[in-house]
Amino acid sequence: MSQNPAISIETRNLNLWYGSFQALNSISVRIPHGRITGLIGPSGCGKTTLLRCFNRINERFGNVTTAGEISILGQNIYDPGVSLIELRKSVGMVFQRPNPLPISVYENIVFGLRIHGERRALGRAALDEAVERALREVFLWDDLKDRLHTRATRLQLEQQQKLCIARLLPLKPEVILMDEPCSALDARGTHAVEELMQALTGQYTIVIVTHNMAQARRVTHECMFMLMGELLEHCPTRDMFVHPCHPKTAEYVEGRYG
Amino acid sequence: MSPTGSHPPMFQATARVRRKQLAERAAQWFFGFMAAALIVPLVAIIAYLVVKAWPSLSWEFLVTNPRGGGVRGGIWSALVGTVYLVVFSLCVSAPIGVLAAVYLNEYARDNWFTRTVNLAVVNLAGVPSIVHGLFGVGAFVYALHFGRSIISASLTLAIMTLPVIIASTKEALAAVPMAFREACWNVGASRWQTIRGVVLPNSISGILTGVILQVSRTAGETAPIMLTGVTIYKAFDGGGFFLYAPTEQCMALSMHLYYIATQASGAAPSLPYAIAVVLLALVLLVNAVSIVLRVYLRSHKKW
Repeated sequence: MSQNPAISIETRNLNLWYGSFQALNSISVRIPHGRITGLIGPSGCGKTTLLRCFNRINERFGNVTTAGEISILGQNIYDPGVSLIELRKSVGMVFQRPNPLPISVYENIVFGLRIHGERRALGRAALDEAVERALREVFLWDDLKDRLHTRATRLQLEQQQKLCIARLLPLKPEVILMDEPCSALDARGTHAVEELMQALTGQYTIVIVTHNMAQARRVTHECMFMLMGELLEHCPTRDMFVHPCHPKTAEYVEGRYG
Repeated sequence: MSPTGSHPPMFQATARVRRKQLAERAAQWFFGFMAAALIVPLVAIIAYLVVKAWPSLSWEFLVTNPRGGGVRGGIWSALVGTVYLVVFSLCVSAPIGVLAAVYLNEYARDNWFTRTVNLAVVNLAGVPSIVHGLFGVGAFVYALHFGRSIISASLTLAIMTLPVIIASTKEALAAVPMAFREACWNVGASRWQTIRGVVLPNSISGILTGVILQVSRTAGETAPIMLTGVTIYKAFDGGGFFLYAPTEQCMALSMHLYYIATQASGAAPSLPYAIAVVLLALVLLVNAVSIVLRVYLRSHKKW
C-alpha cells in the first residue's frame, strides 16, 4: 500500500504518444483520495487522454505508447502483474454521452457483479440489495424502484447518466473518472449530477474533465490546468480561480481563449 | 417600414429562380423514373416465367419425382437436393464465417496478420464460381476422397459463401455502437464477456439476415456443384425428404434447369420455365423470411 494513504492516484513523468504525436508530456501529479479533482484546459490539451490513462482504457484503441508511472493506491498500474480487469473494476469511467446498455435498469446495475462474481454467490436477494443500494446512492431509487425492468435506454438522459454512475458502485470502486459527464444534460440534469458528485465525495475519488468553468468552480476541490499536453498548474480550485499562478491559466479561466 | 404602399411585392420568383425550379423538378422526375425502372425487370421476369410455366405448374409437379430421364414427372428430388446442399453448406460456412468475423471485428488489431486475412476475404469473394468448382473437384472429390457427393458440393459452396458471410457479419457487428463496448470495458468486462453480453445480442439480427441471404445465392449456383456432386438424373421410387445420403450424388434445381433447357430432348416446352419458377419462389420465400426475421428482431432492440 501507499506510504501516503490520502493519495489515490499518483503519476510520475507520464508521457504518452499517439503514433508519433506526443499527447502527454511528463505529467507528474498526485490526486488526493475522496475528493473531486477537475481537469480543465482547451480542447486537445490532453485532459481526456490523461483521464483515460488512469484505467488504461487508452490501450484499447491501438497505436498508443506510454512511458512513466501511474500508481493507484500505491500500486503501479503498468506493472506486468496488474490485471486490467481488476484495475477497471476499481477505476470506473462515466462518459460524456450516457451509455447505459440496452438492457433493463436492473441488469445494468448488476452487470458488473455478474461479470466479476462467482455465479453461485449471486443470489437473487444479494442482487436485489445491490441494486437498491446503488440506486439509493445516486438518488434514483424513488424514481425508478417501480421501473427496474424497463429498458435503461428509455430513461431521461439525466437518469441515464446517474444510472451509469450507479452501475459502477456495486463493484466498490476507488476512483470514478468522469469525462464531461454533464455536457449532454440540460441545466436541471447538470445540477442533479453535480449534487450527486458532491454526495459521493469522501467515499470515492472523483476525477472530472470539464469544459465548463463554472462547473469546475462549483464542484471541484482541486483543479488541474493542462495546455498542449503539459500540466501547467495544479492547486485548490479557489486559488486557481482567484489568483492563478500561471498567466496562461489566468487567461483561460477568465475566458480569453479556449 | 409599412408592408403596404408603393413598394413592389417582395420575395417574388425571378426568371433565374424559375429556371432552377424547372431543373429541380426535371431532375426529381428523372431520378425517380430510374428508381421505378428497377421494378420492371423483376415484374417482367416473374410474369414471363409464370405465364410460360403455367401448363406444367401444379402441386403434383412439386411433390413428384422426375421420371424418364428427367423430362417427365415433377421435380421433388431436385428440390430436396437443393435444400440438402444449401443446409449442409450453411452449416459449415455460417459458424466459420460468423466466428471469423467476430475475431476480425472485435479482437484483431491492425497488423500484417489482420490485413492478410482481410485481403484474403476480399479476394476469395472475387473468385469466379466455376473456379471454386474446379478447386472443389481437386480438393474434396480427389484429394480428400469425398468423391462426387453432397459433401463435396456443399463444402465447395461453403467456401464460396464464406467471404460474403464474413463481410455481412462484420458490417452487423460494426453497427453496434462503440459506447456499449466502452461501457462494458469500463466495468472490467473481458472482450469475450463484452461480445457475449452486449455485442452479439445487439447484432444478431444483422448477422442472421446476412447468413439467410446466402441461401438464395447458394440455391442458384450451378457451376460449382455440377463439377463436384450433382447429377443430371437419378431415379427414385419413393418420395419423402430423406432421399439422399451425404456421400451420394444428388439432383439440384439449378442443374436440372440447365439440363432440361439445353441438353434433354422430349421435355414439355413449359418444363424449364416451371423449374425456374420453383427455384425463384424458393429464393423469394427465403428472402421474405429474412425480412420478417429482421423486422421482428429490430422491433425488440431499441437504443
